[in-house]
Amino acid sequence: MRRLISSLFIAAVLGTAAFFISTHPKAYSALRGDNAFEPTRARDLENGKTLFNAGGCASCHAKPDDESRTTLSGGKPLVTPFGIFNPPNISPDPKDGIGQWTEAQFIRAMREGVSPEGKHYYPAFPYTSYRGLSPDDVADLFAYLKTLPAAEGKALIHDLAFPYSIRQGVGLWKLLYLNGTVMSADATQSLEWNRGRYLVETAGHCAECHSPRNALGAIISDKRFSGGPNPEGKGRAPNLTQDKTGLAAWSEDDIVTLLKDGFTPDYDSVGGSMAEVVHNTAALSDQDRQAMAIYLKSLAPIEGEARAPK
Amino acid sequence: MIHRYVLAGSALLLATAALAASPIAERQAIMKSFGGATKPLAAMMKGEKPFSLDEVKKSLAVYAEGNAKFVTLFPAGSDKGEKTEASPKIWNDAAGFKAANEKFKTEIAAAEASIKDEASFKATIPALLKNCGACHESYRLKD
Repeated sequence: MRRLISSLFIAAVLGTAAFFISTHPKAYSALRGDNAFEPTRARDLENGKTLFNAGGCASCHAKPDDESRTTLSGGKPLVTPFGIFNPPNISPDPKDGIGQWTEAQFIRAMREGVSPEGKHYYPAFPYTSYRGLSPDDVADLFAYLKTLPAAEGKALIHDLAFPYSIRQGVGLWKLLYLNGTVMSADATQSLEWNRGRYLVETAGHCAECHSPRNALGAIISDKRFSGGPNPEGKGRAPNLTQDKTGLAAWSEDDIVTLLKDGFTPDYDSVGGSMAEVVHNTAALSDQDRQAMAIYLKSLAPIEGEARAPK
Repeated sequence: MIHRYVLAGSALLLATAALAASPIAERQAIMKSFGGATKPLAAMMKGEKPFSLDEVKKSLAVYAEGNAKFVTLFPAGSDKGEKTEASPKIWNDAAGFKAANEKFKTEIAAAEASIKDEASFKATIPALLKNCGACHESYRLKD
């Protein structure tokens, strides 16, 4: 009996130690991290601004009712089935924002989901998509963010249900689901297609809402883009693949119009968070919107869960 | 005895109310008519369709008529029932919702007065159509 208790105790200690080691932010960095950033070119603010718009940073981080969408002191809470996430201040404020961050820290935050203090971010911050951005592009974004107004204000801490409230647990999730590689070009495809894929899959993080997720909250990879439940409650984010429940009947132009003006082919105007997304995509260039449309039109059809009839 | 009459009367009233088109169906029909009215405008904007002042006026008339009725179709309790994408904000922020409808109304009237040819059409319509997304962003749930 005593033996059983002591072996259980040892197992518990070892288990806890294994959990802490494997889920430690340093473990992920060591296994998949890509910390050696050598800039390959001078910083490009215009490109940083494009990434800012493509990445939709303002949608979560801009102060509510800030019409300029450039005061990034933290946006409205994100209410999800896992709990409430409060987007932090990413303005250049030295105390509450990212004013004191180094470029390397910012790149690590965006691509590995780790804060400068070495804590995991929750994947509500879509580093699962941003990890595919090239470090040079992320550095451009950082340079652009630094040009925006500094604003004070610290976000409330997240209010999450157990077990999601155990932040270190995110480490395990990352080892399972986060692939730390930069999106590389597919030489068999056109330049436009590659540009579109880069925007849709990394900065645009479209799949984050438009895909179903498993019980652990990770995207089911063979159902990617086939539509998903609205992460903030009611309704569904529609299927973006070439299935008949998706965009099969949409032309490239139809997709471009939606990204620019928010109108579907029936001239219904999108609502809720997609209207918010359109603010971002409307600020992109025509070529970038066209590239996104070319890539989306190339997605193999996957049958999605049907949307409730109107 | 009186009670029985009252009860029967109320039941009759309820049944009549149910027969009339529901506010949810009515407001959705208005939104659909807006979509139909926007289609030719967008085609003219893109140059896929020749400019026609008559057709523009027709579309603006659809907007004006629908807009006048739209705000009245959100009585208390019509936030659920049939399938609706109406956001609770319509009722929580009734003043903001009304203001958004008023803004659209003013701009429809301005467009009716100012659009005389293709140039004035192209200068006016994009801003007018921004009303759709602006209102949906706040007052319509995503689906």
